[in-house]
Amino acid sequence: MRISCPICGERDRREFYYVGDAVALNRPAADAGPEAWDDYLHNRDNLAGETRDLWYHESGCAAWVVVTRNTVTHEVYHTELASDVREAQP
Amino acid sequence: MRIEGKGQIDRTRPVSFTFDGHRYQGFAGDTLASALLANDIRLMGRSFKYHRPRGVLTAGSEEPNALVTTGLGPAQEPNVRATTLELHEGLIARSQNRWPSLDWDVMAVNDLAAPFLGAGFYYKTFMWPRKFWEAVYEPVIRNAAGLGALSGEAITEKYERAWAHCDLLVIGAGPAGLMAAQVAAEAGADVILVDEDTRPGGRLNAETLEVDGMPGADWAADLADDLAALPNVRIMARTTVTGAYDGGTYGALERIAPDMAMRPGAPLACFWRIVAKRCILAAGALERPVAFQNNDRPGIMMASAVRAYLNRWDVVPGRNVAVFGNTDDAHRTAADLIAAGVHVSALIDARHHSTTDLDVPFYAGAQVSDATGRKGLEAITISRASGQDKVQADCLAMSGGWNPSVHLTCHMNGRPAWNRDIAAFTPTEGAIPGMVTAGACQGDFSTRACLEAGARAAAEVLEGFGLTLPHVEIPKAEDSAYDITPLWAVPGKGRAWLDFQNDVTVKDVKQAATENFRSVEHMKRYTTQGMATDQGKSSNVVALAVLADATGRGIPETGTTTFRPPYVPVPIAAMGSGAQGKGFAPERFTTSHAASKERGAPMIEAGLWYRPSYFPQPGETHWRQSCDREVNMVRNTVGVADVSTLGKIDIQGPDAAALLDLVYTNMMSTLKVGRVRYGLMLREDGHVMDDGTCARLGEAHYLITTTTAAAGQVMRHLEFVHQCLVPHLDVRFISVTEQWAQFAIAGPKSRALLDDLLDAPVGDLPFMGYGDVTVDEVAARLFRISFSGEHAYELAVPACYGDALFRELLTRAEALGGGPYGMEALNVLRIEKGFITHAEIHGRVTAGDIGMARMISAKKDCIGKAAAARPGLVEEGREQLVGLTPVGAVKELTSGAHLFNQGEEAVRVNDQGYITSVGFSPTFGCFLGLGFLKDGLSRHGEVLRMVDHLRGVETLVKVQDPVQFDPDGGRVRD
Amino acid sequence: MIDLYPITPCAGLLPIEVGAMRLTEVDAGTITSLSPYKGRDDALSDALKAAHGMALPAPNRATGKDGNRAIWFGQRQALLLGPAPDAALSEHAALTDQSDAWAVIRLTGPGSADVLARLVPLDLRDGHFRAGHTARTDLMHMHASLTRISAQAWQIMVFRSFAQTLAHELKTAMQGVAARGGV
Repeated sequence: MRISCPICGERDRREFYYVGDAVALNRPAADAGPEAWDDYLHNRDNLAGETRDLWYHESGCAAWVVVTRNTVTHEVYHTELASDVREAQP
Repeated sequence: MRIEGKGQIDRTRPVSFTFDGHRYQGFAGDTLASALLANDIRLMGRSFKYHRPRGVLTAGSEEPNALVTTGLGPAQEPNVRATTLELHEGLIARSQNRWPSLDWDVMAVNDLAAPFLGAGFYYKTFMWPRKFWEAVYEPVIRNAAGLGALSGEAITEKYERAWAHCDLLVIGAGPAGLMAAQVAAEAGADVILVDEDTRPGGRLNAETLEVDGMPGADWAADLADDLAALPNVRIMARTTVTGAYDGGTYGALERIAPDMAMRPGAPLACFWRIVAKRCILAAGALERPVAFQNNDRPGIMMASAVRAYLNRWDVVPGRNVAVFGNTDDAHRTAADLIAAGVHVSALIDARHHSTTDLDVPFYAGAQVSDATGRKGLEAITISRASGQDKVQADCLAMSGGWNPSVHLTCHMNGRPAWNRDIAAFTPTEGAIPGMVTAGACQGDFSTRACLEAGARAAAEVLEGFGLTLPHVEIPKAEDSAYDITPLWAVPGKGRAWLDFQNDVTVKDVKQAATENFRSVEHMKRYTTQGMATDQGKSSNVVALAVLADATGRGIPETGTTTFRPPYVPVPIAAMGSGAQGKGFAPERFTTSHAASKERGAPMIEAGLWYRPSYFPQPGETHWRQSCDREVNMVRNTVGVADVSTLGKIDIQGPDAAALLDLVYTNMMSTLKVGRVRYGLMLREDGHVMDDGTCARLGEAHYLITTTTAAAGQVMRHLEFVHQCLVPHLDVRFISVTEQWAQFAIAGPKSRALLDDLLDAPVGDLPFMGYGDVTVDEVAARLFRISFSGEHAYELAVPACYGDALFRELLTRAEALGGGPYGMEALNVLRIEKGFITHAEIHGRVTAGDIGMARMISAKKDCIGKAAAARPGLVEEGREQLVGLTPVGAVKELTSGAHLFNQGEEAVRVNDQGYITSVGFSPTFGCFLGLGFLKDGLSRHGEVLRMVDHLRGVETLVKVQDPVQFDPDGGRVRD
Repeated sequence: MIDLYPITPCAGLLPIEVGAMRLTEVDAGTITSLSPYKGRDDALSDALKAAHGMALPAPNRATGKDGNRAIWFGQRQALLLGPAPDAALSEHAALTDQSDAWAVIRLTGPGSADVLARLVPLDLRDGHFRAGHTARTDLMHMHASLTRISAQAWQIMVFRSFAQTLAHELKTAMQGVAARGGV
């Protein structure tokens, strides 16, 4: 599998550390309540199809990357810097 | 028998080798199979289950029968295909799966028991008693069945792994692949052309076909030479692409030429990962056998193999050869044999409409229905409507038509489609993203069609690259039509083999269908069809055709099983090359490593690091003696330990304090410059991630430490928090772990040591203080922190001075009655003091569990704070950190042991907690332990049972405060 | 009297010669990490140019020359190799001393790229990874920095503690490449 790091370009998967759903970017407020926190921490859909997840270019540039890909075909649609995604959020 | 001919062996270079202890001779360019056939050896192996005598069936990597073991001792390699094993001087090959000899095999008795050994035999027979499964049945079955064996010794040869990158990967250097590579190369694309053979050409090397008016093999060699001279082309011979993976990545196994592999430092094989923007699959096709009674007799082989042995290696596999097929290939085979002066005893064509001009006994619309000759073919039975004929033959060339090599197109779940015209499966378009198929693997069976398809595929790829298509003339070549009448199994009573390697017969497949294993995947698993090392390359399609017939369905409805990687067996040694033994993980050494080794310190692994366990002194015969001495030394004088392995992260920027307040439970923004604070980090789920210290070096400059084990995790976590949660914070961090060699100097005399060592005395540096100092005019950092409970410091110098400083520290410590201490003493010291490590913060504990609930600041948010407040993490009944000491008859504690109330049975439901760390404390003269106990904070003073089920240790333990030594902390502040 | 003598990371490990290839330790001088603060990349680049004569390298690039080089080293990070950093740099960036943190090795000679192809998953073809290109990558499970100095010269950096493993891996790969001939 190859992932295109927005900074380093296309690289082999072994340079990346996988963490999971990009929902991790949407940290609830401290007082958001248990349901919001449970959703943030634990509840995940397990879709056959398009997913957005977070990869860390650990042995590369150390960027966290949001990877949009397909779990059925393994196609990687696009990648973006997690910091850009986060900063674009309200 | 070897004949005069125009083959591709080098008769000026004879090569001697041994097979089953006998010495033979072949020539450079031979395979083991061609050399054995040249020496009239037809019997090359025994079958898997029935131990039937077997000869070579093919001339390629699909070979199911002629598997041998090569090499001796650790170099022993089983299941090597004689058909691809390059003959080389000194080759030692042995046949497999026979005892005592290939010629006389005791286990051939299985063949007589065949009526009882059909499909599902094991499942039906070895059912009772249940306890015999592992103890009796499996060892016996495994001993009787199976192919070659490993030596059981670790390999000593070298293997390699490597990466290659290209624009276009062309798989297969037959006419289609060569043509594709030529067109792409001339357009300027970066091309890698791989072929599993020793030379390019594919079938052209095995046929008498001409291309561009010259012998096909010569045309291929000339073109390959021209291509190899181009800077943008890389030709990899002896390289089999074994798998197609995501993102244009292909796995390939390169066998190193035997003469090269013998050079010092050379590998036996190299496992390549080839990354290609596009790929052209030109893998050719494999001829398939026909199932008829006793079709596994040695001497019966594929017609394509007979032509290969004849045309390429000048070997005739018999003196009296019959040919049987259902396409024009049968006629081509007979013609080649006759041209070589070999007697052809019969030409049998299953097609009723076929005719021939050849001067041979010709049987149209006929089939071979039986074969005799147990250790070598003697005669065949020909059946046709008019009756049966028995014809003498010591070799039968058979052909059931061709199966395109679709294997790689299936590796990403692609399903090949049935093509009625050629009675075979062909790849579906787009099965592998970026891959185009061309030539015989796509169902183009004439040479001309292959050449055209190769050029066409290259044109398609070049268009995608935006490169201009060069004008390349397609060479003249034969363009005959492929006329096939499908023939799978000849009707008959006896056993007709489908899978030669796994001994699966037509009967087995029919039986599977009868027992309702009708899905092709179920049939495969029930009969083991296609599950041997050849993965059913020759047999799968015939088997599913038989299944289709038995279940009354068509072949397209029946479908195929899925081909998965690898296409050919790949030695684990190749895929894992470099990872044997210490190569498994890189090693990290501290700057004090050499000095510690000189003092005889045994090393213990801590993550990738190596740290000294203890420093033995003369007369000490047990590690405990050293450990006790080192603990006493730190408590009474001064000890020195290398703590450089702890992670150190430099954090700077206007928002450094804000980031630290978010990742630590406690407040770091209020820390004064020049001071150090203990810090706790949680995971977002509320459990403890790591602990360490945080020093404020400047207003916007911090240095934090992590545990050795969690250094990478904490770095990743900081990057996550910064980039994914608070990217607006202006803060920068970088690991400085390796920049500094850092040593703990601990004990009542630590200050005296430092006052003398440093260029200026320590002065009034308070406990948890930090200061810049110099040693021999080298800028250094001094922290007054303690992991031992003693008055202690950590001194950090640039790593290049680590060796010098460590030796200097030891000399000075020893002058004060102290010396170095290792991990064992460090562990005892911190247990006495109740300090935690990752033995305690193992991932399931909260700040509250370790008595640090108050460290979660109420004044701010932090990572993990919300989740740490969840009811389940704060409720009563949680296991809390306690100290333990033995009070029973056994004066020992063991880590991993569990705690139970006295009078209760030591079973899971009664479990009260467990022990995480233990050590013998010379300070208290007894074992001390740390552990977790339900509601432990309120149970100090209780006596419980400790039971270690694993080691069989039981005693009584008293629960106490985790901090046993100097609970008021006076010694560290003093 | 104390004598704090320095020891380099690869002392006793290098040089190694295999065929026409050579592995040597590089005395890179002072190594300083430069991490520009928010919006200060250009200012840092200007300061770097003014003080040390080279621009801040773009991602995957190196600037300068032997003895005075800047290597891109990760997201918002570059390394200055050679001179002690000018004080003006710290106005725009977080600086840390990394002089002793890295084993700095140079691999030279024909076949060098083939050696590296056995160790790193990068596309090192001449047309793709030219002199002046750099990458952070994985070298046999070690975080590494790889910079192409010239057609047949490469600089490899890993953490100091990995020096022995790095030398071993490179030597093994060099022997494998040399054995195939042609170098």
